[in-house]
Amino acid sequence: MSEARGLKSWLTTTDHKRIGLLYFWTAFIFFLIGGVEALLIRAQLAQPNGHVVSAETYNQLFTMHGTTMVFLALMPLSASFFNYIVPLQIGARDVAFPRLNAFSYWVFLSGGLLLNASWVTGPLFHAGMLNVAPDGGWFGYANLTERQFSPGPNIDFWLLGLQVLGISSLAAGFNFIVTILNLRAPGMKMMRLPVFTWMTLVTQFLVITAFPVITVGLVFLMFDRFFGTHFYVHEAGATPLLWQHLFWLFGHPEVYILILPAMGIVSDVLPTFSRKPLFGYPVVVYSGILIGFMGWGVWSHHMFSVGLGPIADSVFAATTMLIAVPTGVKIFNWIATLWGGAIRGTTALHFAVGFIAMFVIGGLSGVTHASPPADLQQTDTYYVVAHIHYVLFGGTIFGLFAGIYYWWPKMTGRLLSERLGKWHFWLQFVGMNLAFFPMHFIGLLGMPRRIYTYGPDLGVSTLNLVSTVGAFLIAVSILVLVYNFVRTRRRGQRAPNDPWGGATLEWSIPSPPPVYNFSVIPTVANRLPRWRTEHHGPMTDPPAVPPAPIHVPGGSWWPVVAALGLPVMALAPLTHTLWVAFLGAAVLLFGIYRWAFEPFEV
Amino acid sequence: MPRIRLWLLTAALAISGCGGPFPQSTLHPRSDFARATDVLFTNIFWWAAAVFVVVELLLVVALVRFRHREGRPAPRPTHGHTLMEIAWTLAPAAILVFVAVPTVRTIFATAGEAPADAVKVDVIGHQWWWEFRYQELGLVTANELHVPLGRAVQLSITSADVIHSFWIPRLGGKRDAIPGHVTRIAFRPDQLGDYTGQCAEFCGVSHANMRLRVVVDSDSGFGRWATVQLAGPAAPAPGTLAERGKAVYARSACIGCHTIQGVSPGVIGPNLTHVGTRTTIASGLFPNDSAYLARWIADAPSLKPGSLMTRMQPPLTDADIAALVAYLESLK
Repeated sequence: MSEARGLKSWLTTTDHKRIGLLYFWTAFIFFLIGGVEALLIRAQLAQPNGHVVSAETYNQLFTMHGTTMVFLALMPLSASFFNYIVPLQIGARDVAFPRLNAFSYWVFLSGGLLLNASWVTGPLFHAGMLNVAPDGGWFGYANLTERQFSPGPNIDFWLLGLQVLGISSLAAGFNFIVTILNLRAPGMKMMRLPVFTWMTLVTQFLVITAFPVITVGLVFLMFDRFFGTHFYVHEAGATPLLWQHLFWLFGHPEVYILILPAMGIVSDVLPTFSRKPLFGYPVVVYSGILIGFMGWGVWSHHMFSVGLGPIADSVFAATTMLIAVPTGVKIFNWIATLWGGAIRGTTALHFAVGFIAMFVIGGLSGVTHASPPADLQQTDTYYVVAHIHYVLFGGTIFGLFAGIYYWWPKMTGRLLSERLGKWHFWLQFVGMNLAFFPMHFIGLLGMPRRIYTYGPDLGVSTLNLVSTVGAFLIAVSILVLVYNFVRTRRRGQRAPNDPWGGATLEWSIPSPPPVYNFSVIPTVANRLPRWRTEHHGPMTDPPAVPPAPIHVPGGSWWPVVAALGLPVMALAPLTHTLWVAFLGAAVLLFGIYRWAFEPFEV
Repeated sequence: MPRIRLWLLTAALAISGCGGPFPQSTLHPRSDFARATDVLFTNIFWWAAAVFVVVELLLVVALVRFRHREGRPAPRPTHGHTLMEIAWTLAPAAILVFVAVPTVRTIFATAGEAPADAVKVDVIGHQWWWEFRYQELGLVTANELHVPLGRAVQLSITSADVIHSFWIPRLGGKRDAIPGHVTRIAFRPDQLGDYTGQCAEFCGVSHANMRLRVVVDSDSGFGRWATVQLAGPAAPAPGTLAERGKAVYARSACIGCHTIQGVSPGVIGPNLTHVGTRTTIASGLFPNDSAYLARWIADAPSLKPGSLMTRMQPPLTDADIAALVAYLESLK
């Protein structure tokens, strides 16, 4: 198979592997942007009464940091592995709807660009640069985000950007559910799926159920801001609390959307490098499903300070604490997987173990604010900032980075330097603990979150300085990672099919895989097809040369065209120009029409 | 492990090195409410610490003991162990019972209505300051809440604009101030003193500058304070700078937003009838002295971004400002 090259081949690609790479690099760049925002925040807070940025800029920075990391970095980094790895793990040649997959990516890119365009487009709205970026927090609480209190285009960028991104997530969600349910190779029963694929499936069900909720919330807010409705206006008989219920009804499942893929990665990495099957596979899978379900019953624990009453508080406290049970089960199963193994200390394993070690801290601090009276002191303080970063940085990021070191050879054909990888890991590990551990104390000592300045009298100046040093240490570790990427591209060792001795199907084919993935679709006989166990021998890998020609669909322009219609539509409310909405809709419909009638054969 | 060293280091920093006395520390409670939450938190903390030690210890032992070494036999391909898995499902569940029971008990203990003799105060959040109304005393003040020692205090909290959150860490957990809702907290302070707090819910550009103070006074001290607050404003002596200041106040935009009993009825900004008795201005941001008052009157937004008290057009002369400062300081 000849690989097409050039810009056109990337714009029109429907190959899940290329789309996976597009997701990866786009998300990684957004991750760097979100990181720079974090550094500015930490620079401002390094000392009391800081003057690095203004109050207005600070509010935009923390809003965009949260929004960027959640929607533009962590979710799409997971998506890059869904795209690249899931079809390989189930023995498929692509996802179920390759063009819809391309559409998801282009919509994600345009949503991300739309959000970040707010940094530089101030002059178009008769404001300075760095003046119209979203500034209502990633949680965008009404009624602060109503036009009355936020008259500028800032919140408009946010609510339009998120709506566009939601479409991308929904399309991808349905695509991967169908892919995992329908495109499994013969013999790949559900209970033989690699755990990463399982957690992907659970995550996608959360996506398709949670994103409609935030979409409803955002549409209400958009109607309030543009058409004078009063969904969140108490003077009109409504209540701003409606937004909080809608947002957290989405927001808590969203936390599991962020963490479950990382849990899946860890569940695949640990067995490979301890040379031992995952301990209690069914329990790990069921607990993942259970976490997905239970994630729907806990949203009000974000709202204990609202004063929902003792009954509601007690119920949500109980449901929240219950989630600790399936989570704890997973952690014990991971440790049991390591126990008795032959552990090889690769960088991927370092990050997977780092995930367990750090996620435990985030989980335990989570239990302290599952208790409403204790939470009343902790909520909206730096204690919660510490908690979410132990979960989303110590958890999700460590898990995703384990995935990067684990699957990089498969995705690029070259092995990342293990020596640099260890440097990266230890710098990041020390950096994150320096940055986030002091935040527990900062919060308990009374510093609220989302404040651009604090006084020296609070007694938290030294702790804040330590935290800032840690944040910059994390930045250094990320630079090591970037250097590793660059160096590997030129000088990295070539990867064989299976550099790690992995048990799952993706290691049975070349690195990177050919366009068609599998020269022959494998037949799967058990959960660890490539390993010898007491019950079975390893499978035979597919031959290097396909025994018969393989049809591979060509590219298509229509996903990218259709996707382009959405940001154009979003420009209409931003610029208060009606005809732009019709233009965008026309582009979208034209793209979909041509897409629908595209000849099957290319 | 560097992590544990780090933990100890940070703990040491918090306990000794960085200044104290931690005026907003949740770990130094000074009311029944704050003590109840602190006891609960400490209880949960030790459970969490125990789980932390067990899990991390198991992890480290596994990593050290089961490193791959050449020549070792291949590991046994264990797939699971039902009994063990049941055990480590039940263990966290059992621990959670020990967390959940005191939790629910504390929820109901701290949710009760205050006794009938409680000092009742309506708290109204504004962008970016606090209004306090003592309904029974018929008294209105701002940013500095006075309460007597030993009596229960019942706060009824709401907002005039966006959502805020009322929080004095050493006296009790926070409650949101939500437009259209009234939320309540009750606590009984158990030590005299000045306590600081601040808004905890992001409420716009000067969220960081929405602070407040609570003065817990003796019963008699509180009584004296209330008597002063209930009296009309002090009338400046004829011929003084303060009297000229009153004239400046009466002809300037000040009257549109501020109340001074008998002088102006504005309700958008804080009530200034006894502003001279407060220790701070601008919602707890600056000391209430003539220098800061002058800067505040001249250009509030430069001291507090987004402040609704904009620069006056045309600007007041320095002489007018000096007179205004004298007048405001005389309002004891």
